[in-house]
Amino acid sequence: MRSAIQLASAALALAALTFGATPFAAAADTPDPVADAKAFQKFFTEKFPKLKLDDFVNGPYSMNEDMHRQWEEKEQFPPYDFSLDLGKEMFSKPFKNGKSYADCFANQGIGIRQNYPFFDEKEGKVVTLELALNRCREANGETPFSYVKDDMAALTAYMAFTSRGKPFDIKIPADPRALEAYQNGKRYFYTRRGQLNFSCASCHVQNPGERIRAEVLAPALGILNAMPIYRSEWGGMGTISRRFTTCNSQIRGVPLEPQSDEYRDLEYYLSYVSNGLPISGPGARP
Amino acid sequence: MSNKMLQSTRALAAALLIAGATSALAASSEADFKAAYAAAEAANKEAAALRNQWTTTATTLANAKKSADKGDFDAAVASSKEAEALAKASIHQATSEKEAWKALEIR
Repeated sequence: MRSAIQLASAALALAALTFGATPFAAAADTPDPVADAKAFQKFFTEKFPKLKLDDFVNGPYSMNEDMHRQWEEKEQFPPYDFSLDLGKEMFSKPFKNGKSYADCFANQGIGIRQNYPFFDEKEGKVVTLELALNRCREANGETPFSYVKDDMAALTAYMAFTSRGKPFDIKIPADPRALEAYQNGKRYFYTRRGQLNFSCASCHVQNPGERIRAEVLAPALGILNAMPIYRSEWGGMGTISRRFTTCNSQIRGVPLEPQSDEYRDLEYYLSYVSNGLPISGPGARP
Repeated sequence: MSNKMLQSTRALAAALLIAGATSALAASSEADFKAAYAAAEAANKEAAALRNQWTTTATTLANAKKSADKGDFDAAVASSKEAEALAKASIHQATSEKEAWKALEIR
């Protein structure tokens, strides 16, 4: 009888634990973007206590004094200038139907980079600036550009330039699909992939400021604020799509198609956790 | 045992050894390659469905095809098997990362 009572109370205790634990576990798994962004920024500012929050947008150039001096010198004659000029010209040139990019965007497309990507509740998906630009072209009877460089880099360079200094202001509307997109982006960021078994975080959270061969790794905080960038390694300009796809191939993973849902969600997550940091694009990187 | 008998026993043993080794290392056929390649491709398709293919799997599959085109089916089978192992590793990675990614998260 005594053992029967003991068994029964053990079963009750187990049941209580199980039922008690369930809501807690569910709560722990519910994404909390505000808390995430706070923890994300705290992590980097504690890791690099000498850096001002806004300096993180300068990537590897914020990581040591010598590199910072190099960057200041580079900025005298920035290598992205040609692309910026081209972007400005392209932006103001009307399409064949007489309309222009300005007709597709709020505030005629000037000073709006900090609001991209946004979650489109009609489509139920994240819309990036690159995607919006190509959709604008297609809606006006033009062929879409390659997402990775040249024309797309030039257009986004100009749009970023008109938004310099404006803090990232990414919003997550009260729509479960938006929260899901954010969470998917976060999962992609931390998921190891490729034969080298690296996640985005392996380099840009665990090792910013360290070298990987000759490169100094940039911190994930503010990493998209300077996009698009002129990279000496590329010998030209590259967009966010180019950055994501090359990161994947460098770790021996087959890149996804540019502007796939995964990359759009990743951009949403990374931009959101850098909310408050100023747009500094177009940028230059080694 | 006479000397002559010992010699012939040795010769027989050697012949058997050579025969055994030859059958173990028998040249792969085109059919072997096709089977090995199909298995590797199937695993790589599974990795694609998980959105987690590796570039090295694709390269190794291409090497297998090149060897087969040259008629070197031993090399083609070896590359196919390597590609299958790589694809299976990428599937394992995608599966285990479904939960493991959380360990890296900044909280």
